[in-house]
Amino acid sequence: MICGARSASAFLFGVGVLAGASSGPAAETPPAGASSCSGCHAPAKAAATGIPAIEGRDPAALQALLEGFRSGTVPATLMNRIMLGFSAEEIAALAQWFGKKS
Amino acid sequence: MVRKEVVTRIARRQVIAGALAIPFLPRPGHAQGAGRVVVVGGGFAGATAARFLRRKDPKLEVFLVEALERFVACPFSNLVVAGLREMEQQSFGYEALKADGVRIIHAKATGHDAAGKRLMVGDGTLSYDRMILAPGVDMSFSGLPGYDEAAAERMPHAWKAGGQTMLLRRQLEAMPDGGLVVMTVPANPYRCPPGPYERASLIAHYLKTHKPKAKLLVLDSKDAFSKQRLFQAAWSRLYPGILEWVSLSTGGKVSSVDPAAMIVKTDFAEHKVDVANVIPPQKAGKIAEIVGVADRTGWCPIDPVSFESKLVPGVHVVGDAAIMGAMPKSAFAANAQAKICAAAVASLMNDKPLVEPLLINTCYSLVAPGEGISVAGVYRPQNGALTEIPGSGGTSPPDAPDAVRAAEAGYAHAWFKTISAEVFG
Repeated sequence: MICGARSASAFLFGVGVLAGASSGPAAETPPAGASSCSGCHAPAKAAATGIPAIEGRDPAALQALLEGFRSGTVPATLMNRIMLGFSAEEIAALAQWFGKKS
Repeated sequence: MVRKEVVTRIARRQVIAGALAIPFLPRPGHAQGAGRVVVVGGGFAGATAARFLRRKDPKLEVFLVEALERFVACPFSNLVVAGLREMEQQSFGYEALKADGVRIIHAKATGHDAAGKRLMVGDGTLSYDRMILAPGVDMSFSGLPGYDEAAAERMPHAWKAGGQTMLLRRQLEAMPDGGLVVMTVPANPYRCPPGPYERASLIAHYLKTHKPKAKLLVLDSKDAFSKQRLFQAAWSRLYPGILEWVSLSTGGKVSSVDPAAMIVKTDFAEHKVDVANVIPPQKAGKIAEIVGVADRTGWCPIDPVSFESKLVPGVHVVGDAAIMGAMPKSAFAANAQAKICAAAVASLMNDKPLVEPLLINTCYSLVAPGEGISVAGVYRPQNGALTEIPGSGGTSPPDAPDAVRAAEAGYAHAWFKTISAEVFG
């Protein structure tokens, strides 16, 4: 039942299978880790909270930012510690996912 | 209450309402692939699970069973204890969940028929295809001699937000300057690992501001705790002579309490106290025991991909009640787990494959009203348990400048606003 190990290829395999389904809940499966983000990052349309919204941002810019958190080149209070738990492929998938949302 | 009946797919889904009818309605028929999920517990875990199930699959019939009409949140309740925030800001209703199509039943779940997949709720019975339990914690009153529900009216735990929170606040307010406050902290695991130390910080802040001759003694059943270095640095800078922490190895383990005499005992000392905040050992909420998903530790072992119970098939457990491996019992974690669990249950209900999850936890604590610290972690299933990804996570730096501490206090408030809106707004 489980789509293999937590690797980019296994993940993409999972998406491919699910994308093939014409409908159903799994078709909207977010990439690994994405569903946790909304605990802090409010939807783009919500009132500003002081924590930046991530939905609808330019995917390339968002990916560069998250990579910067991971490498430590972009200073942060907490995001650097979180991005250290993500691979480059996972960061790219997150950036694509949130870029498409609005 | 449990009726013998032929358990067909239809029959299982029927609701047999009791005499004092909760407005249980039989399902008016169901489309292929739909079904019913019952969620028990309307806190951060349960309310999130119910809401996200409806979003994932609007065809699903989702019930939320929660005894209380309004939820009272624990995060930020330490500010209420310290007189820095009002209780109303902690309280949330279920209107938004109702608007999302979640059917709310304000009653207690009292029994369970595992073979028939039926939950006894108030005077009725609720059948399910899958169930998600999110009962949070119960105080384990047997874990501390002298402490019980009645004792908690004299020595509040305030570890479930609500009346207990306000009781502790009023006791602090009524205490004379020069009084002694004692907090007792249990061994792991318990709800919100850094919570007692945030509370100690904010009570110390209250004493420093309003009762500068008073003292706070923290009697701990542990030698090490979450964000310890950061808390202790803040305490020696902000609250010297006010807050004293006594570790397990220096005699901090409380052995009994005498609420009538207002005495807290350890193996080495007897403290006559003015205010006692006794945080007792804890266990999964009662329904976990009734359903049989709790093991001998009092907590619920789960599969870390689906959060399905390892003891009762078809029943999932999320939030503080579950054994989540390295993931702490926090509201953030409960919310993150519930979103994953809702997706997994929706997939299982639709015969879709599960995806291995990756989960984040973030916990902010306030060491003073405008000064925040944090711990974060990223987790994935490994060898049957949620495991922290090596190299990820950790606490705020010990040498962070004031501006970072101020920013983290601001982010703590922003987090609460966002998560409470996601779950209840």
